[in-house]
Amino acid sequence: MKILTEHIDVPGIETIDVFCKHGGYQAVEKAIKKMTPDEVTEEVKKSGLRGRGGAGFPVGMKWSFLAKPEGVPRYLVCNADESEPGTFKDHYLMWKSPHTLIEGMIVSSFALGANTSYIYVRGELMYVIHILEKAIQEAYDKGYLGKNILGSGYDLDLYIQPGGGAYICGEETALLESLEGKRGNPRIKPPFPAVKGVWQCPTVVNNVESIAATSWIINHGGDAYAAIGVGRSTGTKLISASGHIRKPGVYEIPLGITVEDFIYSDEWCGGIREGHKLKAVVAGGSSVPILSAEMILNTVDGEKRLMTYESLSDGGFATGTMLGSGGFIVMDETTCIVHNTLTFARFYHHESCGQCSPCREGTGWMDKVIYRIEHGKGRKEDIDLLVDVAKKIEGNTICPLGDAAAWPVAAAIKHFRDEFEWHIEHPELAIQPGAVYMRPDASWAQ
Amino acid sequence: MEVKNTMSFPAETLELVQKIMKRYPEGKHKSAILPILHLAQAEWNWCSPEVMDYVASLLSIAPVEVYEVASFYTMFHLEPVGKHVIEYCRTGPCCLMGGVEVYDYLKKRLGIQTGETTTDGKFTIKEVECLAACGWGPVFQIKEKFYMQLTAEKVDQIIDELSK
Repeated sequence: MKILTEHIDVPGIETIDVFCKHGGYQAVEKAIKKMTPDEVTEEVKKSGLRGRGGAGFPVGMKWSFLAKPEGVPRYLVCNADESEPGTFKDHYLMWKSPHTLIEGMIVSSFALGANTSYIYVRGELMYVIHILEKAIQEAYDKGYLGKNILGSGYDLDLYIQPGGGAYICGEETALLESLEGKRGNPRIKPPFPAVKGVWQCPTVVNNVESIAATSWIINHGGDAYAAIGVGRSTGTKLISASGHIRKPGVYEIPLGITVEDFIYSDEWCGGIREGHKLKAVVAGGSSVPILSAEMILNTVDGEKRLMTYESLSDGGFATGTMLGSGGFIVMDETTCIVHNTLTFARFYHHESCGQCSPCREGTGWMDKVIYRIEHGKGRKEDIDLLVDVAKKIEGNTICPLGDAAAWPVAAAIKHFRDEFEWHIEHPELAIQPGAVYMRPDASWAQ
Repeated sequence: MEVKNTMSFPAETLELVQKIMKRYPEGKHKSAILPILHLAQAEWNWCSPEVMDYVASLLSIAPVEVYEVASFYTMFHLEPVGKHVIEYCRTGPCCLMGGVEVYDYLKKRLGIQTGETTTDGKFTIKEVECLAACGWGPVFQIKEKFYMQLTAEKVDQIIDELSK
């Protein structure tokens, strides 16, 4: 079942003519000519579509919170600041099929009554920005954007805003600050963007994949979308698969397939690279807890874990993780968990905006302490110190970056404490290039 | 504050700047800082104080409003850089794919460390965080172009090509 990527490999799909030949812009025709904005919102609510950027908040519900005071403009801002390590699905979708996003932007803007919308794309993807700008111009030329779209009286202007290289701008209030031409410091909520967003006007911020999915929902109905998936995990999800697998890439999966299938089936990742075994997985982008092979494949009750919001988080943070952004990072037995955790800790240290002391200072401490462990200078008390610092960041910051920094460190220690201990106890071995601790009873899954 | 500025974008870039400023509501053109800083860096290779002052003058805002933004975002070079800035991804997924070894080779090949520029002024190496290309790692970026699935041989080819 493909919703977003069905035609992604069709030559020329980035042009509006080819895109329209494959059913493109029918959702715009249908929404604008035959539906009211509330009816569009209702279908999205029925679909059960959840925010695909990582938080998983129901999109239709988020839309219904949008304040609609008379005479005040409303805005839709698409979050295309994709920067969560392990995640590259939005990059792929916008690069290959820009009109998929633009069509969704028009449908969604219509539902929200927005007459100006922005796509905030991370600045490093400047080549993708050029692709999107070309596609937007095509949509203007065809009358899908601009004044009086399809003779309906509805006006919409759509612009691209480039970022400047800052992970924090993927947090929606930081993104809005950045769109206003400021440093990307997250705002204290409330007020939420739905009431006071960009330029203090009501604003909805949605991820690329969420917005792109709305076109299919309008064409086929919310019920049809909700029929895909399991329980509250409806529809399809783009999974960015990276690491030690045979076929890294972006896969659109129906939510509800097993993790085992996703890793080993030839339809998806194709298994672990030749001659190696699965050791660990970070299932939803760098900020979600890392799990060992056994824990990612099966829940603590021995059931096969599914690629759904609920199943991946089964067991809480004791034995579970999160679907997050769908950044699925696979590690085989050659991976040093301490080194991998160091790269994540360094990432969050670098990306902390510096507003809140627990995050600004704590991410630096974690980075430095893991650095010294990795480089053979670890102290016995360092592991508990890391756990303590992580605890003191979590929940004590304005935005979720603090949690995102704390979780990977806490989980790595929880599930791979022996690797950290080995680094501290055997510094002379740990500093050898490519050194990896092998658990004596390592029964990494096949 | 005395701002002595003799720099100017070429006429067609100035037209683009005017267009960009119209993307935002009346009076909210400060939003154009990031897009204009990108244009400025493309034009002058780095964001010198003079460049940032010029951007401020285009937007009729105080220079400090540009400095505080430019210094927050990692893409803007606030020090002179070489002709080609190689920005390699140092985050987890690229390291899993052998990034550390490839980047070490890159440094050896150019004879410089991260943050340095070759004596001929051609290359600067910078390390950056995740570039959202994890499935195609190791990755580096030179201006807008992504170089993916890097190996030592590919690094040689790229450097040879750009050295011509």
